[in-house]
Amino acid sequence: MSKSLFDKVWDSHVVRSIADGPDVLYIDRHLIHEVTSPVAFVGLESRGLSVLYPQRTFAVADHNTPTINQHLPVKDPLSANQLKTLETNANKYGISHWGLGHENNGIVHVVGPENGITLPGATIVCGDSHTSTHGAFGAIAFGIGTSEVEMVLTTQCIMQPKPKKMRISVNGALHKGVTPKDVGLYIISKLTTSGATGYFVEYAGDVFENMTMEGRMTVCNLSIEMGARGGMVAPDEKTFDYIKGRPKTPKGADWDKAMAYWKTLKTDDDVVFDKELTFDASDIEPMITYGTNPGMGMGISNNIPTAESVEGGKATYDKSLAYMGYAENDQMIGKKIDYVFIGSCTNGRIEDFRAFASIVKGRQKADNVTAWLVPGSHVVEAKIKEEGLLDIFEEAGFVLREPGCSACLAMNDDKVPAGKYAVSTSNRNFEGRQGPGSRTLLASPLVAAAAAVTGVVTDPRELL
Amino acid sequence: MAYDKFTTLTSTAVPLPIENVDTDQIIPARFLKATKREGFGDNLFRDWRYNGDNTPKQDFVLNNPIYKGKILLGGKNFGSGSSREHAAWAVYDYGFRCVVSSFFADIFKNNCLNIGVLPVQISPEFATEIFEAIYADANTELEIDLEKQTITLLSSGTQESFDINGYKKGNMLNGFDDIDYLQSMKNEIETFTESRPF
Repeated sequence: MSKSLFDKVWDSHVVRSIADGPDVLYIDRHLIHEVTSPVAFVGLESRGLSVLYPQRTFAVADHNTPTINQHLPVKDPLSANQLKTLETNANKYGISHWGLGHENNGIVHVVGPENGITLPGATIVCGDSHTSTHGAFGAIAFGIGTSEVEMVLTTQCIMQPKPKKMRISVNGALHKGVTPKDVGLYIISKLTTSGATGYFVEYAGDVFENMTMEGRMTVCNLSIEMGARGGMVAPDEKTFDYIKGRPKTPKGADWDKAMAYWKTLKTDDDVVFDKELTFDASDIEPMITYGTNPGMGMGISNNIPTAESVEGGKATYDKSLAYMGYAENDQMIGKKIDYVFIGSCTNGRIEDFRAFASIVKGRQKADNVTAWLVPGSHVVEAKIKEEGLLDIFEEAGFVLREPGCSACLAMNDDKVPAGKYAVSTSNRNFEGRQGPGSRTLLASPLVAAAAAVTGVVTDPRELL
Repeated sequence: MAYDKFTTLTSTAVPLPIENVDTDQIIPARFLKATKREGFGDNLFRDWRYNGDNTPKQDFVLNNPIYKGKILLGGKNFGSGSSREHAAWAVYDYGFRCVVSSFFADIFKNNCLNIGVLPVQISPEFATEIFEAIYADANTELEIDLEKQTITLLSSGTQESFDINGYKKGNMLNGFDDIDYLQSMKNEIETFTESRPF
């Protein structure tokens, strides 16, 4: 029977299929962080259970970590306690732990691929919805709740019904200045935040075939923002080149064996998807969001759409625009902004900082802008220095911070004050996401850079 | 973590007719710093419920004493966003045992089922009827029967059936969770592990 990429990977991980119930799905790789794992350890201990395969779980501190002075003790006692709890649990059960200050530390979804934890054909879960990032490698990767973290720790399995399958193809060539982030925001704006709920997405077509691994990670990362459980791209030579030789990828004969398997991971020709969508790359321009969910995005040169033209209730739409301090039909170009954040598991990789540098090079940070440049990992941070990007940033008046989730969800001190506007390369513009009362405009690193040097929302194509 | 069995529930409901309520609203990230599962109900809808100085926002429904009960009636696409189970914990800890909506986000729904909160998905028309009935009379009761998979608006007798898979239904009716089940499969899982290429 012909199968999709998703079918092939999912079906090969089913330990048992329960009639009128979920599949028992085997998990190859489990990532944990300090926020969603502590209660899972409390749970397993209260049941008198232990960790079944500690070598399949990897602990990384990221959500709570400060992005300056990481060598000093963490000031917030609650954050410090969570970080310490992660370390204690990892050590107690023999789980690898990359805590604050470790050379491999960074955002869990950035360091997983960097270190070869992420592999094609694997099942990967983490108590974080942006686990979908790892789908860029042809893995089935998605976020789980803490009860499921406990399940994976104790049995290496979770129980979930198999999602339906959707294929999203984007064909043609992207215009100059249009990045993977714009492709993601464009698709979400078309589908809404619930348009892919119940589905697992495969991304296909020219645009994804030509996209870098970093770009594929950005798009797969955003899959959850349209409600999908996850998204994936079939592995190809680019994928294999990326993972080859990384610390935790298979070596020697194991690599050859794995490659033979990985090359089978593509959707068979005659597969019928539950839903199939196709977009034209030339319709996409640099995107920006104007509301309080990621589906409220638009081409940067457009005006804010009217309530009637967007899906959803008028009351919800009005509430959203009132929160943002915007009105229907407003132009976004020229709107004053206060903060710029480049980083997160969506856009915290080296390619994103190269894009940011391409615009700020030879220009100066606008005086009214506070900018947070937060690399996704120490590896990214090192590359930024090695490639000379740090010099460009510093000459333009920017400061590079240390890695972590940072202002994406503002669990640390990187909070946007109430009422202030932030152009952010992260993934969510929910009310208060970047600090109580903060107002978020999601965009690509190019749009963020253009805003950072002009102090207002600016079409990056004018500065390229 | 064990939870109380869910069989039938007859209760008034708290109406929250906002669409796309995300888990950052249900529980903002800055309240996720606990290492134990306790007290999350205090911060349910924190920023909609309280001002910056911690005084209650009088126009928010949880601060309106006429609306109470063990059922939360939400707008479409309830629980979108983050996978934080803390959102489901906050709902449960506050005292809700059931969330009713015309559409749920996937991970939130799954988390609810894992901790003993029953997500009941109904038609948009029925949701509108229930909202209107509650606004007409806050004492309007809903009856949810998990065994029969029905939800009834008692004032009008309007009834709909809802979906839940047989396995999860059995868990909810008995107060079991997935770990009980998975533990019974240990040998099967160990054999499966040996076949994994990496």
